[in-house]
Amino acid sequence: MLATALLEALNLEVHYGGIAAVKGISFAVEEGELVCLIGANGAGKTSTLKALARMIPAQGEIHYRNARLDRLPSHDLIRHGLALVPEGRGIFARLTVTENLAMGAYHRNDKAEIALDLQHIYEMLPRLKERAAQVAGTLSGGEQQMLAIGRALMGRPQLLLLDEPSMGLAPLMVEKVFEVIRTVAAQGVTIFLVEQNARLALQTCSRGYVMESGLITLADSAANLLADPRVRTAYLGE
Amino acid sequence: MDIFLQQIINGLTTGSVYAIVALGYTMVYGVIQLINFAHGEVVMIGAMVAFTVITALVGAGLPLPPIVLVFAGVLTAVPVCMAIGYLLERVAYRPLRHAPRLAPLITAIGMSIILQHLALLIWGRDPRAFPQIMEVTSFNLGGAAISSVQIVIILLSVVMMGVLTWFVYRTRFGIAIRASAEDVRVAALMGVDANRVIAATFIIGAAMGAVAGVMYGTYYGIAHYTMGFTLGLKAFSAAVLGGIGNLAGAMLGGILLGLVEALGAGYIGDLTDLCQWPVFGGLLAERCEADGHVILLGSNYQDVFAFLVLILVLVFRPSGLLGERVAERA
Ligand SMILES: Nc1ncnc2c1ncn2[C@@H]1O[C@H](COP(=O)(O)OP(=O)(O)O)[C@@H](O)[C@H]1O
Ligand SMILES: [Mg+2]
Repeated sequence: MLATALLEALNLEVHYGGIAAVKGISFAVEEGELVCLIGANGAGKTSTLKALARMIPAQGEIHYRNARLDRLPSHDLIRHGLALVPEGRGIFARLTVTENLAMGAYHRNDKAEIALDLQHIYEMLPRLKERAAQVAGTLSGGEQQMLAIGRALMGRPQLLLLDEPSMGLAPLMVEKVFEVIRTVAAQGVTIFLVEQNARLALQTCSRGYVMESGLITLADSAANLLADPRVRTAYLGE
Repeated sequence: MDIFLQQIINGLTTGSVYAIVALGYTMVYGVIQLINFAHGEVVMIGAMVAFTVITALVGAGLPLPPIVLVFAGVLTAVPVCMAIGYLLERVAYRPLRHAPRLAPLITAIGMSIILQHLALLIWGRDPRAFPQIMEVTSFNLGGAAISSVQIVIILLSVVMMGVLTWFVYRTRFGIAIRASAEDVRVAALMGVDANRVIAATFIIGAAMGAVAGVMYGTYYGIAHYTMGFTLGLKAFSAAVLGGIGNLAGAMLGGILLGLVEALGAGYIGDLTDLCQWPVFGGLLAERCEADGHVILLGSNYQDVFAFLVLILVLVFRPSGLLGERVAERA
């Protein structure tokens, strides 16, 4: 057990009906880290994040600071500083860009600070400002991903969970999204990043976990994982 | 008298009521995809409670002006209906939130029957007449008559629709309701408590339903424990016509349905007067000469139009006029 861990999951399990998607995994994220979880399609990465965000029933313990997330309802998590950008972005397509961002700050009451944060988000993601009054469903995939991240940041999270932010985006857009992720991390937000794009993820993170069929099979520094022959053949296409 | 204009006025009046009731169906459906069949009964109870209060106040012989009496009735009916709306959600639907969709639907029908029979026990089998507390004045509007009651109903409905629209589009909680309608689980990640949002849709719908019940009862001068059934079904048809789940759709659908119904009622007699058709004119020559008309379907068939509209919409445009992507939701 890591004494300084911000988030720690112990023996996390997720079942769909009788089928185990996550089979008792343990991992930790320390304050200020950018950690990634890589693995093939169907490995159980999304199920893991949904379990952390209390969106689906799961067994096991989830420690976060002094709280037990596994005992909290989903809508309490952001008050503890935890935000998730879900797979497929989960933006509110019929709400405007501004309304989506306002939803991100739903739990906050500091109006002046919210306005400042909105200004910062618009500075970091100027495309969103141009489309502020537009309904979010009309944005491109990349813009929607930016919006989903911006919306999560409006909640002032301490820990940001990202589920495949590169999914379905053109390479140029993927680059931009990862640039934003690095910027956010540099601002001190702890990030737990789930990716299928293993190379990019490992190049961005400091540490990584590899997930296969519901189990964590490797855990190491990103540099070591990038050099690991098993990772190279299975995930880097070499 | 201008029949066409008259029926437009009548249609706008009933249509406004349908719209307000339809909003109750559509708000709940928008968030949890449940057709709250008991909503019509909530509207009926609103009318019953208000009538009871007004009758009691009149009976007490206090020298209160009519507007105060009606106001007292509405102010009692609204909280009663809000409480019933909340209890319906809390006791009947919430335990079934994750059950297969048929379960809450059947429960809704059950709740509707229970509330109807509760009303039967409390208010009895006979219709309640609205106490004669005021002179209804009529105004001439381009050859048609519009009564003070009609004016109040239309204005009040417009105000309620305006306030609801403002609430849902301009307030933080309103935006949270719309976000939850798109994805409750993602909205929860932002700190939105789904239970609060869902309860709110029931409570708001019930409050408006209470006012609609009083308006409807006042307009027809009568309230009855079964009135919620037809009114509810019509308002539901209106919600489907506009696109269920869509607020603007419920408003549009309600008004349109009121107009279709009123115009239909106004003209169905003329259209089904068999004497004007040569084929029948020959066959029924004697009766046509004697009575002038042989009307097949009279204006008492007006209830048919709502359901005709419902069937046509379901067949040709199940997503409704303003609805989108019905198939997307499982
Ligand atoms: N809602 C669900 N119902 C049943 N099985 C599911 C569901 N969601 C995911 N699964 C299964 O669980 C396994 C893990 O899925 P997922 O967590 O989405 O993996 P990943 O995100 O790594 O692609 C897969 O085999 C998938 O088919
Ligand atoms: Mg996934």
